[in-house]
Amino acid sequence: MRYRGASVRRLALPVKGWMQRFAFALLVSASIGILLLGRVDSQFVERLRTGVTDGMAPILQAMSQPTATAAAIVGDIRAMADLYGENERLRGTNERLLQWQAVARGLEQENLAFRDLLNLVDDPRPAFITARVIGDAGGAFVRTVLLNAGTDDGVRVGQAAVNAEGLVGRVVEAGRRSARILLLTDLNSRVPVVLELTRVPAILAGDNSDNPRLAFTPVNALFEPGERLVTSGHGGMLPPGLPVGEVVSTASGVARIRPYVNFSALEYLRVLDFTLPGVLPATRTAGPAGPLP
Amino acid sequence: MRTGLLYRFETAVRGMTPFLTTLFLAMLTVVPLRIPDFAPVTPSLTVIAVYYWSIYRPDLLPMVAVFGIGLFQDALTGTPLGLTALVLIIVQYAVLSQRRFFHSKTFLVEWWGFMLVSPVAAFASWLLASLYFAALVAPRPLGFQLLLSVALYPCLVWLLTRIQHLLLRSA
Repeated sequence: MRYRGASVRRLALPVKGWMQRFAFALLVSASIGILLLGRVDSQFVERLRTGVTDGMAPILQAMSQPTATAAAIVGDIRAMADLYGENERLRGTNERLLQWQAVARGLEQENLAFRDLLNLVDDPRPAFITARVIGDAGGAFVRTVLLNAGTDDGVRVGQAAVNAEGLVGRVVEAGRRSARILLLTDLNSRVPVVLELTRVPAILAGDNSDNPRLAFTPVNALFEPGERLVTSGHGGMLPPGLPVGEVVSTASGVARIRPYVNFSALEYLRVLDFTLPGVLPATRTAGPAGPLP
Repeated sequence: MRTGLLYRFETAVRGMTPFLTTLFLAMLTVVPLRIPDFAPVTPSLTVIAVYYWSIYRPDLLPMVAVFGIGLFQDALTGTPLGLTALVLIIVQYAVLSQRRFFHSKTFLVEWWGFMLVSPVAAFASWLLASLYFAALVAPRPLGFQLLLSVALYPCLVWLLTRIQHLLLRSA
């Protein structure tokens, strides 16, 4: 009996090593297979990801509450430290804004009169869905955030996400209860923009750095630091006129942009439901983000 | 030795500790901390956890479970699906094949071993991401992520050791 046991044990160890190596090889090929499948833009992969984010959305929401509360407390303490100065600054801003409000009212009346005169076709007014950021990027080579709103709330792939400061990004995946926003700074982000004053069109291309660059600019276009950029609405995917950022440097022929949005302090975002038919099939109808035709 | 159903159930639940702690750490990497510029350099907590549990309780963390956690983390963070899974199973295989070296060594040796394994994992993820996006991904955030992971290793391992003593002393 003892004889048999020893020989079995002697056989078991190399078999165990072989099994481990086999499992490793199998799983390596499985992960490479899944990577290739995702690259080919498969619906299965996207459904898997939205399934996971949908399931985890309530848990992530609960987990992000303590940090949101802590950040709010830190913000309150910081505000408390300079209460008088902040008050003075706000008073000055308020006066300036009231003046601008009067000017804007006059301009609005003038604008309506001109639109009427020209029989201008109006852009549809976007409706919006407000949602909270429940997940950060957490990766070194993707810049995305997770929102706790999904197709059940009216979010569709391709819609723009904004906050008070300006354009944040676009929806790339939408599950039933969660959605993923691709930020402007991500490697894959391409947003059609236009310079506000000169109306020169360009594409804002992210490259995972803090300052995305302007690509596909007209050959003789000159950029001055400080020029504002807004969305151009080209392609019909994003509403025109959303503030994006300003030019900060034109070193080595490439214009770098500083986005208006502070991507480290995103809390509540508005997703704009702009239903002009676009280039991507997914935005052609305001239906659920299902299989592409 | 009690062999009742409740005892076996309790042992099974205790046995899931490595899997559950690694899963929790995967979720923790996505929680928004709102620290400026921290998101791109979030330390790879799951790599530390897989490294630790592969040294101490590899029987409780099978490679399939690590693969699943990697896919889960990819789905949550928005990284290409399969990237973190591949990196995590490479880390686990590297540790398991060298287990005889790690057996009953001091904490400093383990930390040093981690300092050897994690750059390999970081390079692998950089290479895979560059191949996937067909563009050279900036290596600097990954470098800082690596440094942060190595720096955070003692704290996380202390926590995991407490959990191991608390829940797995008898199992």
